[in-house]
Amino acid sequence: MEVVFLTFILVLSIFLGFELISKVPATLHTPLMSGANAISGITLAGAFLSAGAMNSEMATILGTAAVTFATINVVGGYMVTDRMLSMFKSKRESVK
Amino acid sequence: MNIELIANLSYIVAAVLFIFGLKMLGNPATARRGNRLSAFGMLIAVVAGLNSQGIVSYEYIAGGIIAGTIIGALAARLVMMTAMPEMVALFNGSGGVASLLVGWGTLYGGDISMFTAITVLLAVLIGGVTFTGSLIAYGKLSETIRSAALVFTGQRIVNSLVLAGLIGSGVMFTLAPAADSQWLYIVLALALLLGIMAVIPIGGADMPVVISLLNSYSGIAACAAGFAIGNNILIVAGSLVGAAGIILTNIMCKAMNRSLVNVLFSGFGAVKQGKAIEGEVKPLSVEDAYYILEAASNVCFVPGYGMAVAQAQHVVKELGQILEANGAEVSFAIHPVAGRMPGHMNVLLAEADVPYEQLVEMDDINPRIENVDVAIVIGANDVVNPSAREDQDSPIYGMPIINVDHARTVFVLKRSMASGFSGVDNPLFFGENTRMLFGDAKESISGVIGEFG
Repeated sequence: MEVVFLTFILVLSIFLGFELISKVPATLHTPLMSGANAISGITLAGAFLSAGAMNSEMATILGTAAVTFATINVVGGYMVTDRMLSMFKSKRESVK
Repeated sequence: MNIELIANLSYIVAAVLFIFGLKMLGNPATARRGNRLSAFGMLIAVVAGLNSQGIVSYEYIAGGIIAGTIIGALAARLVMMTAMPEMVALFNGSGGVASLLVGWGTLYGGDISMFTAITVLLAVLIGGVTFTGSLIAYGKLSETIRSAALVFTGQRIVNSLVLAGLIGSGVMFTLAPAADSQWLYIVLALALLLGIMAVIPIGGADMPVVISLLNSYSGIAACAAGFAIGNNILIVAGSLVGAAGIILTNIMCKAMNRSLVNVLFSGFGAVKQGKAIEGEVKPLSVEDAYYILEAASNVCFVPGYGMAVAQAQHVVKELGQILEANGAEVSFAIHPVAGRMPGHMNVLLAEADVPYEQLVEMDDINPRIENVDVAIVIGANDVVNPSAREDQDSPIYGMPIINVDHARTVFVLKRSMASGFSGVDNPLFFGENTRMLFGDAKESISGVIGEFG
């Protein structure tokens, strides 16, 4: 039953993703992509268990590496997106 | 209330924040807030994840977070705006490999059901392809490796063998899933190989499509990892990113009038040549450029990847301001696939403080291009190549272009007469109303600005 439930979530999220992105001006394609990329670092939330459960040495190594890589993705992704977006100015703002 | 319930409630909040964040990223006025909202959602999800039952030691987690934060923050701060596409590719690759490792690590958590085995397999496969694919894309974008399409005889056979091997060892693994199964190692190795094989035959000019496709893959990998460990937020966030990536990929493909299959498998650049072009190239001096621009009342800049290479965005903006002060109407026409990632040119011009009202899209500029006195092409080539409209034999035939050849005068700033990334000749350079301004784009424009001064 759990599988059905998870698949249900999957299908709805995919439709939501399509709806959200379909009308975005070209100007924002790069920040949108890198912002979405940062979200894909969500795998971090799942990496903790494997890094901290102390099941075996190998699991800890894999988990710690996963935490490191996912954090790079999350922190780097959000910061770089913010840096890009801080540059987008409208004419009014740049006069100030 | 138990901890698991609280964690799941937090995940719902995080998912809502991601959704609003993505929605707000779609509008220039709210984009920055949207990104922060989504980052806040991530923070909530991470804190909830840290509190999950079963974690007994936080030492390694803390170590990983600290190392990752330092690396990610430094990379994000120090990267040059012109090197943004390769940076995004690297972040993307690290997301992919993280999902791979999460999936793999799941195998050490006790009994492995058939369902878990399949999802772990998917996480390893997609994560692996994302990882090496992104590394190759990084190499091509930073020109550490040759950016042209690499095609060799028997490529299809090798790829088919890799695929067959993946399916075979995947089935063997699912039949007897174990953490130390040799089949898992084979799947891992083949997935990494597949990522390399998938990206090497794609030329540098098609990188916007590849980057956004890999972005989608990293979301799908996170989603697969979510199935493997039964975590809702990974599934929701992963599939949002996956769907968003597919949409962007589709937009890029439409802009080139090619199908995704064609982009991925055609090995652009190794294809037949269009008609040979004959004609005379008319060079232009900086002084003459000044006289023409001084008299122009409508000027349109058309930037391409060459502007990024020459780091010319700041002088371009300065020239734009001077022309505006001189009474000319100034716009920047941006082709959807100009540059090496979706919206690359917009980011560079934004860095140089060009207000986004001055940026116009291809479909808006083409109907009024006849009224443009001077179109200044800076380091763009294929996106302004009239062959795409006229020459049926041309490999880029059918791709929508910015019709700069219909403007009254065209200046083309170019280093030399070499052809663009696609390796196709450009009849624009031989056009009646085209003037070539040879040399480094930044120096040429600085020269023109000097004349105005």
